[in-house]
Amino acid sequence: MNTFISYEKDQQGMVTLTMDMPGRSVNVINEEFGEGFSEVVDRLATESGLTGVIIASAKKTFVAGAEIDFLYQQIDPAVVFRMVQEMKASQRRLETLGVPVVAAINGAALGGGWEVALATHYRVAIDDPKTKIGLPEVTLGLLPGDGGVTRMVRLLGLQAAFPYLTEGKPVTAREAKEAGLIDELAADRADMMAKARAWILANPKSSQPWDREDYRMPGGTPSSPKAAQMLMVAPAMLRKKTYRNYPAPEAILSAMVEGAAVDFDTALRIESRYFAAIATGKVAKNMLTTFWFQLNHIKGGGSRPAGIAPTETKKVGVLGAGLMGHGIAYVTATAGMDVVLKDVSKEKADAGKAAIDELVSKRVAQGRMTAEAKAAILGRIVTTGAAEDLQGCDLVIEAVFEDRGLKARVTQEAEAQIAADAVFASNTSTLPITGLAEPSSRPENFIGLHFFSPVHRMDLVEIIVGKKTSQQTLAKAFDYVLKIGKTPIVVNDSRGFYTSRVFGTYVKEGCNMLAEGQNPRAIEAAGLQAGMPMGALEVADMVGLNLAVHINEQTEKDLAAEGKQMERQPADAVVVRMVKEFGRLGKNQGTGFYDYPKEGGKSLWPGVYDLYPTAAAALSQGEMIERLMFIQALETVRCHEEGVVLSVADANIGSVFGWGFAPFKGGTLQYINDYGIAAFVERSRQLADKYGDRFSPPAMLIEMARTGKTF
Amino acid sequence: MIHEAYIYDAIRTPRGKGKKDGSLHEVPPIDLLVTLLKALQGRNGLDSAEVEDVIIGCVAPVGDQGADIARCAVLAAGWDETVAGVQINRFCSSGLEAIGMAAEKVRSGWHDLLVAGGVESMSRVPMMSDGGPMLGKPMVSLDINMVPQGVSADLLATLEGFSREELDQFAIRSQQRAALARECGYFKSVVPVKDQNGLPLLDQDEYIRPDANMEGLAKLKPAFQQMGDIGFDAVCLQRYPTVERINHLHTAGNSSGIVDGAAVALIGSKEKGEALGLKPRGRVVSVGLIGVEPSLMLQGPGPASKRALAKAGMTIGDIDLIECNEAFAAVPLRFMRDMGLTDMDRLNVNGGAIALGHPLGATGTMLIGTALDELERQDKSTALITLCIGIGMGEAMIIERV
Repeated sequence: MNTFISYEKDQQGMVTLTMDMPGRSVNVINEEFGEGFSEVVDRLATESGLTGVIIASAKKTFVAGAEIDFLYQQIDPAVVFRMVQEMKASQRRLETLGVPVVAAINGAALGGGWEVALATHYRVAIDDPKTKIGLPEVTLGLLPGDGGVTRMVRLLGLQAAFPYLTEGKPVTAREAKEAGLIDELAADRADMMAKARAWILANPKSSQPWDREDYRMPGGTPSSPKAAQMLMVAPAMLRKKTYRNYPAPEAILSAMVEGAAVDFDTALRIESRYFAAIATGKVAKNMLTTFWFQLNHIKGGGSRPAGIAPTETKKVGVLGAGLMGHGIAYVTATAGMDVVLKDVSKEKADAGKAAIDELVSKRVAQGRMTAEAKAAILGRIVTTGAAEDLQGCDLVIEAVFEDRGLKARVTQEAEAQIAADAVFASNTSTLPITGLAEPSSRPENFIGLHFFSPVHRMDLVEIIVGKKTSQQTLAKAFDYVLKIGKTPIVVNDSRGFYTSRVFGTYVKEGCNMLAEGQNPRAIEAAGLQAGMPMGALEVADMVGLNLAVHINEQTEKDLAAEGKQMERQPADAVVVRMVKEFGRLGKNQGTGFYDYPKEGGKSLWPGVYDLYPTAAAALSQGEMIERLMFIQALETVRCHEEGVVLSVADANIGSVFGWGFAPFKGGTLQYINDYGIAAFVERSRQLADKYGDRFSPPAMLIEMARTGKTF
Repeated sequence: MIHEAYIYDAIRTPRGKGKKDGSLHEVPPIDLLVTLLKALQGRNGLDSAEVEDVIIGCVAPVGDQGADIARCAVLAAGWDETVAGVQINRFCSSGLEAIGMAAEKVRSGWHDLLVAGGVESMSRVPMMSDGGPMLGKPMVSLDINMVPQGVSADLLATLEGFSREELDQFAIRSQQRAALARECGYFKSVVPVKDQNGLPLLDQDEYIRPDANMEGLAKLKPAFQQMGDIGFDAVCLQRYPTVERINHLHTAGNSSGIVDGAAVALIGSKEKGEALGLKPRGRVVSVGLIGVEPSLMLQGPGPASKRALAKAGMTIGDIDLIECNEAFAAVPLRFMRDMGLTDMDRLNVNGGAIALGHPLGATGTMLIGTALDELERQDKSTALITLCIGIGMGEAMIIERV
């Protein structure tokens, strides 16, 4: 008998199955679970005097989901198909035992866990915000293949099931009750078990709705006119969001619709076939690599220096109450730390706090935060114009204007007030950290914490280690970033660090193609088709064309000072012309590559079409897409080669979380794995021949191709 | 030896508004066909046993229009039981395809006399009632960039740079020409529809809006904006990356009307006609058929017409009258550009589907009859009939009076 599902029969003939996987904090669905589950169902089938079954968990959660490791290794669709079909067979036997089966959901029931619950006749859940319910498979490039698609469609209908399956957002037990996913809410475990028993006694002959003669699919089957509208529109709605880069939601929709047209067991089989294709496909592997394994590695401290005891940041000073400053103050206070928000005057600092008030008030109005939580957050933030108030801060983060003199002044001002072991961090996005640390009296305590805007929504923080930054300081910064619930990547000091440097190549390549006379709209479409969140020209506008010119000039000066010459690209002249010839400065000013009218959406400035003579031959979208993606991947390899970004995980996660690099590719380095290292090198050479040296493959990559290594 | 395919007759019902308040809504579609088969028989003194097959185009062949409506109509009309019947579907060109198939059967020498036609009661069997793989298998819809036709029409207008005014002006022209033709009795091939008592149900086209004007048309809302916003614009933009946005210009006023109606034609060999004493009205010169990019979908008439012309060894200059189906105003306008036509003197001279309506399966046959009527009235010789077709096809046929 298996060791992780206990089997207890009471005097009324009710069997309670309690999932309690040994040596783990949560129950997960894996191969052993499948075998154990199958054994238990076999025993139930032969149990004499069985009156009902309750499936419960001894852990804090019901089932956290499926174990990814095994699935990640699978490359043979036949194996995956057989595996899920076997799992489904046990579930099917359970729901057709002829006695009532109840899921007692005491905590999160996600993915494969929710699929187990779906195979029961009645679901009772504890009414607690922590009881998360849903099928997040799609977010990892997978589909719910253990009956999740089939049963959700049968339960809710095609239309209502669509968002749960294709968006993967979990809901609370209460929301699930309203949606008809949960049948009854319970106050606590005892109440839940009592309700489960009561339902079994009251419903001795229960079955699944879809196994009854009178079953009608809510909203109609695909052949009914009622469903026609949804069936016509759903594929277009999907591709509007996915650009056909994500096979999983397409497979989910397919399994939903094709399955809804046939009987239940055939539907389960159709679902298994799509699952086998998706689970062994490239996109799922890319996404699992990065958003499961690498992200877990990072969150588990993968880039944190070893051997340093955990640190705890208690009081944080934030210098500058502008957009970035008050954003940092907000997320810090939300994580339970005290914050001193300082600007040149208390009034300015108060304005920053008012902006935070607005953000949290909105959340309260949306019902996503309690009034008490709002009061607590605001109560933790003290505003000031006086440096003395920074006393007692163990971390100070400056978010003042990008000006070396100003930054030097605030550094010294703060250091005069804070303890010798306190950390001083700069939220610069452009200025090298080592240089900024020069005015510091404690450069070993100086570090870069590059937040992204808007701070409360962007999940990434790029930690920049200067030449003199100590490992202790890095550990402290790392722990702080995890504490505010963000994802830290660690990079070494370099111009533009990692994210800005690589991200800049995307924008430049778009401008390069414009300078070559390619259609501007086609360039933008290529970026979007490639999976980037915005077209390159739109991003350029957002960053600011005048800022781009300014950075270019600064870089050229800095390099000249080092006796180096800046590598010129046609893009440089494009932005200079936009700014100096046409006075188009970027989105902030309402004029850039696009026009931004007050009413209605943006549209490309007609003048963009006339900036350069139209190229004799339009590049294919495929070629443009590769240029835009290769240039980022290649720059990442250079960063990796130069030791700017040390880990593959940091490079991949940084690219997706930092600037939205195509998630389905799993990040800039995983993009190369996906392409195939040797093929990527070969293609880079071709692009270099056509478009210039910036596409030449770095030595590291050539070596990897030679030795057959991957990132 | 080649057997010329002659058109001995081509008749149609009037087009009734395709709604509950339309005059033909109460008439099952089979009765429209029965009316026409009986009229065809009477007009030509035809022994139905001489007819070998009845080919009927229908786009939504389910419900009232299901179960091989052609064979059902043959028997319901009291025709000889030896007459076979087949229902075909080439979407909007089904009625033209039926004539083409009949002509090809005659030219092959394997058949001598057939009826070709089409029927669609859009008020009773709404568009899309027949489902299809794009609804049943989402991957098909994704792979072929499926877009509703109205959004395709707006994409076409966007790519061609047509303005709302141009489209509306074309619609007005259609209304005025159709109204005049009805008033003057140019639609000679119309057969009134009556009930079982002989009481009239509809004796002429009822969809025409003779008083349509630019101010009125300008007030109409774009009909396909919402579909576009939901996601179909995105499908178009992903397929046509140089397009920044779709201009939604087509409205209920400059798109074809939803109507009920049917049409049939009698097609046979020269020899058979002579033997039966039938008087030919025209002959099928050539056909052209083509598939085109399916998300734009409606650009087929130009290339299809070029094929038909090439097969006939003719140029567009040799054609006296042109019928290009007005599925949407952008379609004939794009067709003109494709064919290098600079004026509309020969095009849709008695209006088109914007004014008259487009009973999907029947329209192709109706246009043959309309063209023959007008060739005879003007005493001209050749006509080109062409239609755009769903999922990206085009069909054209050249006919000539004999």
